Amino acid sequence: MVCIKQVPATTAEKRYTADLRLDRAAAEAVINPLDEYAIEQALRLQESGAVESVGFLSMGPEQSAEALRRALAMGGDDATLVTDPLLVGADAWATARVLASALDKLAPDVSLMGMASDDARGSLIPGAVAAMRGLPLLSYGSELRIEGSSARVRRLTADGFDIVEAPLPVVASVTDQVGEPRYASLKGIMAAKRKPMETWDLADIGLSSDDLHGAALTRVVETRKPEAKPPTERVENVSADEAVTRIADWLAARKLI
Amino acid sequence: MTYRPTADHDELRAVVRELADERVAPRAAEIDATSEFPWDLKELLAKQDLLGIAFPARFGGTELDNISQAIVVEEIARADATTSLIVLVQKLGALPILLAGSEEQQARYLPRLASGEWIAAFGLTEAGAGSDVAGIRMRARRDGDDYLLSGSKRFITHGSIANIVTIIAATDPEAGGRKGLSAFIVEADSPGFSAPRLEHKMGIRGSPTAELHLDDVRVPVANRLGAEGEGFAVAMATLDRSRLSIAAQAVGIAQGALDFAVGYAAQREQFGERLADMQGIQFMLADMASGVEAARQLTYAAAAAVDANAPDLAYWTSSAKLIAGDMAMRVTTDAVQVLGGYGYVTEYPVERMMRDAKITQLYEGTQQIQRMIVARQVLRRAGVSRQSR
Repeated sequence: MVCIKQVPATTAEKRYTADLRLDRAAAEAVINPLDEYAIEQALRLQESGAVESVGFLSMGPEQSAEALRRALAMGGDDATLVTDPLLVGADAWATARVLASALDKLAPDVSLMGMASDDARGSLIPGAVAAMRGLPLLSYGSELRIEGSSARVRRLTADGFDIVEAPLPVVASVTDQVGEPRYASLKGIMAAKRKPMETWDLADIGLSSDDLHGAALTRVVETRKPEAKPPTERVENVSADEAVTRIADWLAARKLI
Repeated sequence: MTYRPTADHDELRAVVRELADERVAPRAAEIDATSEFPWDLKELLAKQDLLGIAFPARFGGTELDNISQAIVVEEIARADATTSLIVLVQKLGALPILLAGSEEQQARYLPRLASGEWIAAFGLTEAGAGSDVAGIRMRARRDGDDYLLSGSKRFITHGSIANIVTIIAATDPEAGGRKGLSAFIVEADSPGFSAPRLEHKMGIRGSPTAELHLDDVRVPVANRLGAEGEGFAVAMATLDRSRLSIAAQAVGIAQGALDFAVGYAAQREQFGERLADMQGIQFMLADMASGVEAARQLTYAAAAAVDANAPDLAYWTSSAKLIAGDMAMRVTTDAVQVLGGYGYVTEYPVERMMRDAKITQLYEGTQQIQRMIVARQVLRRAGVSRQSR
């Protein structure tokens, strides 16, 4: 089961609501690019016969169904969307709680995720879901393998790599090293329209608003654009020698040369 | 007639645009510079099922409606005209089989074309028979259960790389002109078949345009499309539909040039302001954009006419190709103008787009032929009968 998140395209202009949440309806949305690697990894496992089926799970507003449909166009068998008005403003903890409950119900051998989301970049969900479910976590895999009744990731480290293994079922996350995600083929897109997609609300996964403490433990108190960079300094209308001297001085003043 | 793009059309456009932006556009300058057919992109298009868009599902195709097919060609042409030809010539070469092929012929050839395993080409034009198809000299003589085809074809797109070419040849030269023509499926590995020469072209340089020589090529009677004497009708029915792809290609080329010109105008500064803030440039961009959109809408209307198999579909596809081809030439020329001197050099893509655009005014019937077809329908509707000279 691959958990995916719909995020605004990196090129999209982002707007915020009055309570400082990202206005997701206003921005062009895509599958979180890092999740595409998890999808690719899962589909490769299915193609090699290591896993029987691949499903997709997402928590988000109703339009997240588009992301699931796009994932189904890449491959896999079915999808589940958890959506509920009570989830508006869910933070990382609440998201993990919801995914953990949904995954308990779906009970896959492997709950696979991307290493982070493009918009929030918390990288908390895989660890939190594993902790909540009491399952082993195989994080930041550059490759995921299933061998018999255990799963194994290869994780790059500063001086080589580690091989980490755990018995199924596991929660795992993979990096962008697993291989380039495939493009959805035309037949894939057409087939995706006929693949089953279920929509669950909180009650379907046995949770209530109380369980989620109003969907968030944290609150965003301010969002700010990055400080504008100082304007570019230009060296113009001087001789080449003079220009070289000035540029060298500029770099030296900043200890860059 | 309805031809408003649906949500499915929008999704298709987004998917093909992403593929074209990421994989085709970065290759376009190199394809143009080396004049090498992009086999890697042909494989990619095949893998993404984009070579099967015009083929029935039962033969492994994706059987898209004609607006969808136009969108696919348009979005690829927006990145590279040469690569868009891979999609549209696959259809052009297969159309005679789709329109006139028997069940056996279709079952034998269409699956390999829909999957992209084989490439198809369409062999109509000859050195002395361009717009005037009646001048065809390629001869097909009956010999038992076979025909022997002899003669030459010229300007055959993909002629040198195709696995099969649908060839129009004279089975009965005595019948005179178009009445004695027949259509054949010719496999390119047949003894006597050769493609000895490629043209050196102004544009679409990665797309091999071949001269074909057939020296007593043995073609089974089972490979004749339709009856003897139906070749002209098969060829015209093919072009009446395939012209739609050229209109879509022209729209795509023009959109690519417009997009680049807009991006350039937004960052280029002269006289202390951006080009985009100058009214003279704004007016050019406005004329370009509205021209592209008008041609696109006419192309989709023509696509709807083809989907409906409308009796006057040739009027629609010829109008669309005429308007879109002329528009593409104008818009790409204006894109070069917006870039000024930079537009004229190969460092930027618009000069390539301008060279590529020119072909859309020439092939699958020149713009003058399109006008003849449109005029014929206009006069027919008005009840003006044709008088022979």
